[in-house]
Amino acid sequence: MIEIFGIPSQALFGQLLIGLINGSFYALLSLGLAVIFGMLNIINFSHGAQYMMGAFAAYLILQYSGLGYWPALIIAPIIVGITGVIVERLFLQWLYKLDHLYGLLLTFGLALIFEGVARNYFGSAGLPYTVPESLQGGRNLGFMFLPNYRAWVIVASLVVCIGTWFVIERTRLGAYLRAATENPTLVRAFGINVPRMITLTYGFGVALAAFAGVMAAPIYNVSPQMGSELIIVVFAVVVIGGMGSILGAIVTGFGLGVIEGLTKVFFPEASNTVIFVIMAIVLLVRPAGLFGRRA
Amino acid sequence: MERVVDPLVNKPSAWRTRSELIGFLIMVLVLAVAPFLTYPLFLMQAMCFALFACAFNLLIGYVGLLSFGHALYFGWASYLSAHAAKVWGLSPELAILTGTATAAICGLVAGSLAIRRQGIYFAMITLALAQMMYFYALQAKLTGGEDGIQGVPRGRLFGLVDLHNEMAMYSVVLAIFLAGVLFIYRIIHSPFGEVLKAIRENEARAISLGYKTDRYKLVAFVLSATLAGVAGATKAIVLQLASLTDVNWPMSGEVVLMTLVGGLGTIFGPVVGAFVILLMQFKLAPIGEWVLVIQGGIFVACVLLFRRGIVGEIANKLHIRL
Amino acid sequence: MKKALGLAALAAVLACGSANAQDINVKIGVLSDMSSLYADIGGPGSVAAAKMAIADFTKDHPNVKVEMITGDHQNKPDIGTQIANQWFDVDKVDMIIDVPNSGVALAVSQVAAQKNKIFIVSGAAASTLTGEKCNANTVHWTYDTWMLANGTGKAMVKTGGDTWFFLTADYAFGHALETDTAAVVEKSGGKVLGKVRHPLNTNDFSSFLLQAQSSKAKVIGLANAGGDTINSIKQAAEFGIVKGGQSLAGLLVFASDVAALGLPTAQGLVLTETWYWDANDTNRAWTKRWQQDRPGKWPTMIHAGVYAGIMHYLKTRLAMGPGEHDGKSVVAKMKSMPTDDPLFGKGEVRVDGRVIHPAYLFEVKKPSESKYPGDFYKLRATIPANEAFRPLNEGKCPLVSG
Repeated sequence: MIEIFGIPSQALFGQLLIGLINGSFYALLSLGLAVIFGMLNIINFSHGAQYMMGAFAAYLILQYSGLGYWPALIIAPIIVGITGVIVERLFLQWLYKLDHLYGLLLTFGLALIFEGVARNYFGSAGLPYTVPESLQGGRNLGFMFLPNYRAWVIVASLVVCIGTWFVIERTRLGAYLRAATENPTLVRAFGINVPRMITLTYGFGVALAAFAGVMAAPIYNVSPQMGSELIIVVFAVVVIGGMGSILGAIVTGFGLGVIEGLTKVFFPEASNTVIFVIMAIVLLVRPAGLFGRRA
Repeated sequence: MERVVDPLVNKPSAWRTRSELIGFLIMVLVLAVAPFLTYPLFLMQAMCFALFACAFNLLIGYVGLLSFGHALYFGWASYLSAHAAKVWGLSPELAILTGTATAAICGLVAGSLAIRRQGIYFAMITLALAQMMYFYALQAKLTGGEDGIQGVPRGRLFGLVDLHNEMAMYSVVLAIFLAGVLFIYRIIHSPFGEVLKAIRENEARAISLGYKTDRYKLVAFVLSATLAGVAGATKAIVLQLASLTDVNWPMSGEVVLMTLVGGLGTIFGPVVGAFVILLMQFKLAPIGEWVLVIQGGIFVACVLLFRRGIVGEIANKLHIRL
Repeated sequence: MKKALGLAALAAVLACGSANAQDINVKIGVLSDMSSLYADIGGPGSVAAAKMAIADFTKDHPNVKVEMITGDHQNKPDIGTQIANQWFDVDKVDMIIDVPNSGVALAVSQVAAQKNKIFIVSGAAASTLTGEKCNANTVHWTYDTWMLANGTGKAMVKTGGDTWFFLTADYAFGHALETDTAAVVEKSGGKVLGKVRHPLNTNDFSSFLLQAQSSKAKVIGLANAGGDTINSIKQAAEFGIVKGGQSLAGLLVFASDVAALGLPTAQGLVLTETWYWDANDTNRAWTKRWQQDRPGKWPTMIHAGVYAGIMHYLKTRLAMGPGEHDGKSVVAKMKSMPTDDPLFGKGEVRVDGRVIHPAYLFEVKKPSESKYPGDFYKLRATIPANEAFRPLNEGKCPLVSG
């Protein structure tokens, strides 16, 4: 057996694959954040809470309508996306002219509210949600046992990430969006309903978070604090990738997942600090992030 | 960040400081009388947090830098102060000094790293550094990890005054608090403070005038961290414990909330904000389930409607500076 | 006639007066985590249990007047200390009970000692509360880390689980749990094949579980708590660990965690608790009453501990009679009287403040074995009281002489 740095290569590949799987969650979540910041200049601190709402929505959908995982994957993001639209119309639209930091503070407050309400009604221990029948079990790849669900996670996030990137960077709709952020007045002069685009974009970003939440429900504990535990890490990912860059968020998400996975093998105790160390270094060397456009 | 449009710009400078002076005197009076009316331990804790918020406000209100990891200085000063008092057996004033020095050093290191960037990136660097120190605190033997440092002796101040006496302790905390507020006041109303405000208004212009803005920002950062350290170190002696909550990022978030509620960029805003938030936490303890929601609600309300905060609104209405 | 009436009136007044003088006034504070991580294992459920204890006791002894207040320490030692100080100084509380979260419990224990009042811990786990940090004002009910390590460790080895791999949360509590359990495993003739330390509040355990799987240890010990434990178990199910023949030993798991996981995920998990709602008719009846206050939830051993602790405390106060009694003397009396309550049975409060009662090794049932909601556990072994907790002389408690 070939050994790399004292770890058998088989185990290493296993950990790399796992890192990639984790990376897909980071990528999905940071994608939503990047879309919102890139298009709207809002730092959406409630992203973690909206991720949690997606998971809870999946649970509630199961409880009250009996619909399982697959319908929930579509319905939950739509429901949570609509709450996002409401939030934007009620609160965020008044803050666009102000400093970024007000948006951050407002969404931070909203995150507290969402988490607090969830905790009051559901307790903090968590709610049961299982892997759907069709995805249970796994296959032995030789170097590790890969649960089918985890394979699905990689595939689904890659599809969603690439799809979103494509829409924003390569289609006309995306072009309108990008133009609207750079010069809203001019774009409005062309007859495009900019405020509505902004609202829908926020809703879409939130829906992405909820989608990640539904994907997480079968494997991570569905609890009110599931979002706040993740949000700081996701922010680090977005900052490293470059706050406005969609591609940056995706690449960095997957990349950092892999790096974290490797750290877990060689130096497990540091695996939650490594992302922050990287963030501090990147910010000092390349202030706009790896792929960012603004200095 | 939005600030109170200065309505006194045409009045002679004596006017400007009079309202602040009156405010200060009122505050001293209230705090002198309060321990006879309310539970002194609560007041002491509130003063520590008020000083912490004032230190934070120095950076955001007067230099325009949002630090999202201020709990680092507060918490680590608290740990070192507790350790100094308990393990090294230092008397309380030396323990507080130890804690303060720790915060100053952390502030210097963190500041020199963070100052290089602006705005949201500055905030994220401070957050990253604070998170790293939190994880370190979780594991270090010194901090006692999850249990924290318990049973910190209050000791005898200068070897003479027994601080287990509530009134003695209260007087000490009051003195430290007032000294801290006065110090901040002095900083703000000095030439140094004017440069800071110039940097907040328009950094490019300040640079073009020849000021080495990075150096000014670093000094302000270290001062802010040091004062936060004083608050943390004192709190460890008062409550006789230091714990992980002091270094965790919700604590950083809380100090932002206190300053926002009280009023950014005002001298007394953070004080009022700290007292209000602590009072709320205390009073709501019986219905604990709703604390988080209410805090969130206050955040939202403040950002949308009361951006100036309590003190800021009062100052605006009365056309004075507070 | 008038004289007789007058005498009768006088007698009546005297009788009332003396009845008041016989009243024993007690004020109890239930300090718990009402809103965050431990709200399910303690929290409002502890308050419900406390109310039941007070109601049951005062029904039989109407001359004991009990007042109860509650508080939320929000898992912050600052707030816990603040509340404890205020309660003891200003609100004249005699005894504080519950406090999940060892950090807060240690702080409150110090405050109780300083003010010479009483602190009965039901929620926290730290065995140092009756070890190095013990004091004459603190009584530790329900469980502690030593009992958990010993119970699960020894019992698993005895039933064939003699090779272990640890998944440990990288902080003092996790380390302590791991060290204690490893020591017990090795003393009982087992072997520790390896361990991996994960950061606190880790979301994803797949990489650590892979390592555990490849170690081929018969038992994977989860030296962590709360969300970390739930995530480890959930993901272990995903990776087919239990199906693959390895056992999962949860070193700190409560019935509420099992409810959160659901039986399909948690089946086969081995854990130690000192009280289970479905163990006998008394517990079942108690649980039914408890659920009137907390519908849809299941009581944990911590809630039972709150009930039992209050019962024993009130019994002690009754025996000591009316009047002021300082904390140390009441606790001393509690230690001299054997405990006997409907939930934990017979036991005693030791010199170091540790309450001794039997512990039980449970295994989580398969979904097919569960006949009704809440039917979580089957009993695998009973550990008698004198073996379940750390021996008196090993704790380094200053109160233990010799």
